[in-house]
Amino acid sequence: MSNLEDLYREIILDHYRSPRNRGELPSPPAIRAEGFNPLCGDEITVYLDVRDGVIADIKLTGRGCSISQSSSSLMSAAVKGKTVEEAREKIAMFKQMMTVHQSTLEKDAQPAEVDLRAIGELAALQGVVKFPVRIKCAMLAWNTLSQGLDEIA
Amino acid sequence: MASGHDVTSFDPRRVRADTPQLARVINGRTITYLDSASTSLPPRTVIEAMSRYYELRHANVHRAVYQTAEEATAAYEGARESVANFINAPGGSNEIVFTKNATESFNLLAKSWGAANLKAGDVVLVTEMEHHANIVPWFQLRDQLGIEVRFIPVTDDFRLDLSNLDQLLDGVKLLSVTGMSNVLGTINPVKELAAAAHRRGALIAVDGAQSVAHGALDVNDLDIDFLMFSAHKMLGPTGIGIFWTREEILHAMPPFLGGGGMIADVRLDGYTPADGPARFEAGTPPIAEAAGLGAAVVYLEHLGMSNIAAHEHALTGDALTRLSLEFLGRVRVIGPGDTVSRGGVISLDVEGVHPHDVAQVLDQFGVCVRPGHHCAKPLMRRFGLAATARVSFGPYSLVQDTDVLIEALAHAIEMFG
Repeated sequence: MSNLEDLYREIILDHYRSPRNRGELPSPPAIRAEGFNPLCGDEITVYLDVRDGVIADIKLTGRGCSISQSSSSLMSAAVKGKTVEEAREKIAMFKQMMTVHQSTLEKDAQPAEVDLRAIGELAALQGVVKFPVRIKCAMLAWNTLSQGLDEIA
Repeated sequence: MASGHDVTSFDPRRVRADTPQLARVINGRTITYLDSASTSLPPRTVIEAMSRYYELRHANVHRAVYQTAEEATAAYEGARESVANFINAPGGSNEIVFTKNATESFNLLAKSWGAANLKAGDVVLVTEMEHHANIVPWFQLRDQLGIEVRFIPVTDDFRLDLSNLDQLLDGVKLLSVTGMSNVLGTINPVKELAAAAHRRGALIAVDGAQSVAHGALDVNDLDIDFLMFSAHKMLGPTGIGIFWTREEILHAMPPFLGGGGMIADVRLDGYTPADGPARFEAGTPPIAEAAGLGAAVVYLEHLGMSNIAAHEHALTGDALTRLSLEFLGRVRVIGPGDTVSRGGVISLDVEGVHPHDVAQVLDQFGVCVRPGHHCAKPLMRRFGLAATARVSFGPYSLVQDTDVLIEALAHAIEMFG
């Protein structure tokens, strides 16, 4: 079962069972962005309250598998209170972590080089990369956040 | 049809031994294959028939006169003959068109027969439990010609709601319905539907993708007009599907894809299409796949379709009972809870565990099930679901497969509980 525990780490299950920042923000003024994964029906809506270049508040609604939902919860915790620039850096870092290299799929592969201190709890999602079909589940929230940030005038 | 075999000639363990992939070990456990509704596993005889073509008689069909080409043509046309007998086509092999899969067969129906015979305002009646293959081509035709696409609703107990059938049939030119739902397992009353459609002057098309490998399907007895199915769901290879209709209908259908093989003549000012099935088989066809399909039909007939149906019926009844006893409502079956008019497809909604997570945990036990919407999104919406985890049986399935399924499901529930 070691592979499975690599995917479903305790932090992931915790964020799935008790998702952070659930809810909605009145939009407008909040930015609202929707993401959808047509293949498996995962869906997410991100609400962003951005003031003076800082994500003052973030709320999420949606449904889907434990990977998509925990990734969105972890994401919200990671970017809340951060500047838009910092959030974009996290998105880039997370995308890099989710990139499949041929070596990633080998049995004893080490995860891609990421700055674990910078990434914090998000490191819990590192195991996803060994299950390539689930990467899109983990990426959904981040792509949706990216869309939302693009809407900032 | 194979009716002379007695019940004892069918042994699922023999079928298992004939199927090489069932010997695989996945994550340290022997594979438990419960995804035959998605694609079934071919026995060695099917794989060997395809290898024989590539090793000994690889040649194009219907063209050259040398011996291997004649052997290739015989294998290809022999498969057409076998399929015609298998579904009891009244006009024989002249009524069997080979396509890429059941989806392409539906597109052939809509884009050839539909475009030639339907006009604005005509109604195509389908059902809420159809696969997208029997919905999207009709929407495309609607956008092109202005036909109406109407749906027979599904009841809360997962059956077609036929209480208003007479009204629903008003203005209908074609009723197109699945023989068995690929999500619910519900087997539809095709013979009654065919009679009702014909009374109103409509034709009836049947999606046989799920039903064809799990019980005898006799187009003559059902009195239907079109049948679509895929080889890979009946122990055959991927890449070949079947379109059947009565000879007089086929004869009047305009060509679908144009190119080599489908013509009688091509001149500088136009072309004349070929007669018969060739008219719809442009380009070099799937020859190895036809050889594999022919072998699959022989194999299925040897097992006996009624034996397969009885075996899967017993497995389904056992699984439904045990899933309900083991999990006391935590695992909900999205489909009929009994085995009346029901096939071996069991969609599960596991409380608190998303279908993708269910399937992922099951994979660690070597259990293959399909998570998702199963290309039936209108049906999923009808029951307020985004996805289910679907279990499905084949002739090689055993009660032991259900044992492993239950063990793995219990683990998934514990993990996410």
